Amino acid sequence: MTDSVKPVRKISPFLLVIILIGFILSLSALFIAVQSLIEQTDILNSYSFLAIGFFGLALSVYMLLQTRGKPMHVTLELPKVITTLECPKCDFKNIRDFQKEDYIFKETVPCQKCNETMTITAIYREAKKKK
Amino acid sequence: MLPQLAGLLPGGDNIVSLIFQVVFTGFFVVFMFYGQRIQMMVMLREVESHLRRLKLIRDDGRKVAMETIKEIGKPVGDPTERIDQFLEYIAIAPQSMDPSGIVWKLEHVLDVRDVRFKDEVKLMAPEADEAQLNNLENTLEAAMALNMIYKVIRHFYLLGKKTLSLYIIMQIQMVLPLIMQQAEAYAQALRAFSVGQPIGDGAGALVAATLMQGYETREIARDVVAATVPIDGRTAYVLKAKGPGGNVGKPGDGIRQIIKEKKGKISTIIMIDAALKLEGEKPGEIAEGVGAAIGGPGVEQFKIEDAILKNKIPVNAIIVKQDIGDAVSPMRKEIFDAVDPVIKRIKRLILERTKKGDNVIIAGIGNTIGIGQ
Repeated sequence: MTDSVKPVRKISPFLLVIILIGFILSLSALFIAVQSLIEQTDILNSYSFLAIGFFGLALSVYMLLQTRGKPMHVTLELPKVITTLECPKCDFKNIRDFQKEDYIFKETVPCQKCNETMTITAIYREAKKKK
Repeated sequence: MLPQLAGLLPGGDNIVSLIFQVVFTGFFVVFMFYGQRIQMMVMLREVESHLRRLKLIRDDGRKVAMETIKEIGKPVGDPTERIDQFLEYIAIAPQSMDPSGIVWKLEHVLDVRDVRFKDEVKLMAPEADEAQLNNLENTLEAAMALNMIYKVIRHFYLLGKKTLSLYIIMQIQMVLPLIMQQAEAYAQALRAFSVGQPIGDGAGALVAATLMQGYETREIARDVVAATVPIDGRTAYVLKAKGPGGNVGKPGDGIRQIIKEKKGKISTIIMIDAALKLEGEKPGEIAEGVGAAIGGPGVEQFKIEDAILKNKIPVNAIIVKQDIGDAVSPMRKEIFDAVDPVIKRIKRLILERTKKGDNVIIAGIGNTIGIGQ
């Protein structure tokens, strides 16, 4: 059971370069916008640059956050398994969670009503509730 | 806004447009020369992340198998090394250059493998009873499958990385979603086997077990039990694998034995098995047809087909549809609920296809884990 797979790098350098370029471009757009606003020249264009700059900045930060390595876990959802016990005499039904050593047609505990031995008649996985 | 947009195009005279032009040209040149390599890197990265998940699933499976063996089998020493050796176990298929008699050769290899597995599990878990041994064997087989999937994907990943061949990486990247689905199904199966829960594949065995309730059973072939059940004036020989441990038995031998006992006087055989559904079909859907409904390596199917051909016995099939995940994970309610409709169909088939006093074989095929008789 030897392993030679190296762990994945958190951020790809290629993506990092793209994010960096986007970040620099956004900063330069902001710089031009602020400069125009201070000098009170070309006000309409400076607002456009301001919007482009903020948008670019937000996009770069978002991409950076998205690429951050998240710790990986095995998230195998264990399904809930139900066991149904039935009394062959009085038809009393008992539904409970599956327990180890349960199997279909196993004779188990005495019936709560008539003391006859109950039989496991069903074991199945509970259907997932649709969200 | 328009001047800025115009500035992004060639001909703009501000610094931003200049930067955009340089970046655009840069991207163009990079993608022209390194486009395929970038695509390959992206694919490799995707395979790598799936491989990491596969490794986690494999390790988790190994851990579950180990814990189950320690809990049930109460081994004297540490079974870790033995389990790790077991996970690498191989069975070499017989040579098929001269196909005559290959079925019996394959059967022999499978028998030897089965005996060896059982012996190994007994050594690992000396305190386990027969049903628990079968469950442990199934658990270890699921862990083995996970180990194999991980190693095959790792092989192609490392080979692709070594040779930098787009096609090696591409072929593995394309089948990855299906492989991941299969691996997750095996991971679910492993947990079901470790605690002995019935699985979707046991649909056929459950139908047979329901039919034989209240009737005496006898072991008719290795790990196969049969009961004689009267149905509408006919005599039905109902057989299934011996439960409740994880077991598929040798239904081919069972059917052959009944045919032999009845000197070929069998009016019809009805086989019930789980079958893979197509996307869009509902799990638990039932379909009817003809032919030997049985999976596996083909040995049992061959034996059944051989016996029915010699005696000219019609064979009917009823299948309960499910996907690969359902087949090896704890039985879904839809599949469990399919038992009564399947029994109705069996009775209808018997009424339509046989006369009073006839002999009928009803074979419930599949893994009988968590299903008694």
